[in-house]
Amino acid sequence: MSILTARKVTKRFGGLVAVSSFDFDIPEHSIVSIIGPNGAGKTTFFNCITGFGKIDEGEIAFNGTRIHRLRPDQITHLGISRTYQNIRLFADMSALENILVGQHIFLHSSWMSAVLRTPGTRKEERTALDEARRLLSFVELGGKGDLLARNLPYGAQRRLEIARALATRPTLLLLDEPTAGMNPRETGDLTGFIHRLRDELGITILLIEHHMRVVMDISERITVLDYGEKIAEGTPAEIQSNPRVIEAYLGRGAGTERTATTRVQAAT
Amino acid sequence: MLKGKDSFVGMAIRIGLLGGAIALFLCLVGMVEIFGKRFLIEKVVTLGHALLLLSGLGVGFVAARRTLNLSTERRPLASTLAGIIAGTLTGAVLAALVLIGDRLDLRAVFLTASPGLYSMLTMGRGVGGAWILIGIGALTGLAGAAFVLLPDRLRQPIQQGLLISSLISLFTGLIGVIMTNQGGAVAKAENFLFGSTGLSLNGAIIVFSVVAAWSLLWSYLAGPVKLGVDRLPKAGKLTLRVLLLLLLVYVLYRLPFVSGPFVSLVLVTISLYILMGLGLNITLGFAGLLDLGFVAFYAIGAYTVGLLTSYGQYGLQHISFWAAVPIAVLVAMFAGAFLGLPVLGIRGDYLAIATLGFGEIVRILAGSDFLAKYFGGPQGVIGIQKPCLGFLEPFLKVDVPRVCDGTLLGTPVEIYFVAIVSAIVAAFVATRLRDSRLGRAWMAIREDEDVAEALGINLIQTKLLAYILGAAFAGLGGAIFATLVGSIFASSMQLIVSINVVSLIIVGGMGSIPGVIVGAIALIGLPELLREVSEYRFLFYGAALITMMLSKPGGLWPSTITLRELHLEAAVPETETAPANKKPKA
Repeated sequence: MSILTARKVTKRFGGLVAVSSFDFDIPEHSIVSIIGPNGAGKTTFFNCITGFGKIDEGEIAFNGTRIHRLRPDQITHLGISRTYQNIRLFADMSALENILVGQHIFLHSSWMSAVLRTPGTRKEERTALDEARRLLSFVELGGKGDLLARNLPYGAQRRLEIARALATRPTLLLLDEPTAGMNPRETGDLTGFIHRLRDELGITILLIEHHMRVVMDISERITVLDYGEKIAEGTPAEIQSNPRVIEAYLGRGAGTERTATTRVQAAT
Repeated sequence: MLKGKDSFVGMAIRIGLLGGAIALFLCLVGMVEIFGKRFLIEKVVTLGHALLLLSGLGVGFVAARRTLNLSTERRPLASTLAGIIAGTLTGAVLAALVLIGDRLDLRAVFLTASPGLYSMLTMGRGVGGAWILIGIGALTGLAGAAFVLLPDRLRQPIQQGLLISSLISLFTGLIGVIMTNQGGAVAKAENFLFGSTGLSLNGAIIVFSVVAAWSLLWSYLAGPVKLGVDRLPKAGKLTLRVLLLLLLVYVLYRLPFVSGPFVSLVLVTISLYILMGLGLNITLGFAGLLDLGFVAFYAIGAYTVGLLTSYGQYGLQHISFWAAVPIAVLVAMFAGAFLGLPVLGIRGDYLAIATLGFGEIVRILAGSDFLAKYFGGPQGVIGIQKPCLGFLEPFLKVDVPRVCDGTLLGTPVEIYFVAIVSAIVAAFVATRLRDSRLGRAWMAIREDEDVAEALGINLIQTKLLAYILGAAFAGLGGAIFATLVGSIFASSMQLIVSINVVSLIIVGGMGSIPGVIVGAIALIGLPELLREVSEYRFLFYGAALITMMLSKPGGLWPSTITLRELHLEAAVPETETAPANKKPKA
């Protein structure tokens, strides 16, 4: 059963069609990737799911609820969370505070009870803090909670961003180029980590990724976008041998099909 | 090598000329002459001279510090030379002013280029004094350079001694009054330490030596004392904190009595600005929403109390001040929501302009003939009640005239307590809000609105709350202002009030609650207490803002998170933090 279904989704920016009549399904508990050349509309589609950009046509449903007219915060309440291509942490807040902000939707004390610091508020804050610390250790940042997010090393910032996304307790997690700028060891760790998210927490994962080895390694299904249109869909093996994908990545007339495939494989 | 030497000489010349330009500016805006009427050290140095000496010291210091990247063997020489060159040039620029002023009548253009100024500059020696001026420039430049070369342990005491004796001298009026009021030996000490407008020579020497000696002693003691406090058991630390708190409460309690009504009035003004600052600190400091029309809420609070309690023509009711205050706060909160709703979708610069408009609209409406039958137009609302502190004082008594059965809080000294208690409560509320779920949501919005929304924060609700709660503080401030003055006029709700509040937040430190207090004291209190500065209030503000932006963007008292971070950075090994964010030590 699919957790997210998109039907005929179209998003335009003026005359430019960024996503064109896109049909897309994510099976529950799967790891799905969207790949495609730069400007193919991948991040635009992410923004459409999370409510940042309103779609012009079509519809997106999450667990049967139509979400394409909801505000971003309402969509988060339903259980979708995301990270960003260029890390967007709250740079001047501490790591712990970043995660606490992620827990916002589970905290309910009003401003008045916060001023009076009622027992209810205190209990809530304590639980939230415990949960935040737990999430920090889950992403191997235990003990770094008081550091400002801006002062964390790059890889740690990536992991903190994931921890913050996890704090909203999503059932669907969107990762926008999670391995961008990582070295091979960090990339390997992250691949394992994404598996753990799915296997231990039961979170469905959709990722955009340029790193072909990561994509082929962890994805169960891959969708290829080019100029806003879906040009291929299937298992990693199917995608690797799809002629249209090869064409999109390497351009028309890039030798025979055989050599092009080898080059795609070599590039990974 | 030659090139390196050239470059440092060139640098010193540039800095010297720049310092000269600043000194020239201070002379030609009339600051030096006006400050010249006030002694820093009685009959020895006037404030105007001090200003010029300071520019010499400053350029010497800056020029010498710029040489620090030279090779070590030549550094002391280069620093000294750079300081002297820069100082001499600053003196030379002023000397040039004297020489030119001797030939040409500059007063046609610069009104303040008066004989008084020249005689101050040349110390009454005529044109010949110009050469002395250059010499003094060189000496102060050398002294400035010496500051750079001295070891920390020596520099600190001298620096602190100079700073604190200058401050004490500046506040001669205030301290003098307090000491004289004590009578007995303290009054005698006052007579010895202070002259008419500043420290006496003996007093200056004593204060400087005491401060310098204490500073030197402290440089040896600080470590052990801090360690001792750290080692105290939990109960001991708590006792220490309670004792410090009690001391603070006692000082705040005694302050208006020992310092008299004028200073009390200044303290009330500071408290009111603290209230407004704490309010704007929520909207601007926490949530990052710039509001240039903040005075509107202050006006709304003031007018609400005015209309509800006034015996004058426009008074609607004559309820007690205490009953009117919560209503004023509520009305201000409604106004906050009213302003917030239309401007919610606006970001950044546009928001500033929209709120600016709101502030002006409120002021113009309140003072308009159109609404004059409700708000009194330009005549304002007069006859506002003073608060009455009585046992079971009836809240909603409407008889006229109202009789106060208890203590009438009529004088500034008495209103001071209303204001200071309100400010303390406000600071407490602001702290609690900051540390709550809402405070975090505000800060998240300030940092990145889109991401905050994607994490489930309802932007409309959260931003509105920032406006509403911020407005509540300002409304409270306005309410107290109304009862303090007894009459309110639309003309006192100028844009400049809003700008003052924004400035004090920036100078104190964005988002920092102690910063608001420090900022209010520095920007509102100092100009009130220093007559000389109040003359150049906006020059002082501008200089303060620019200096803060350049040298301490975090403010005088940065928010705790920054402090905590600085603390931790020292504890975490170097490799743990990203090298890109390391700043070289200033």
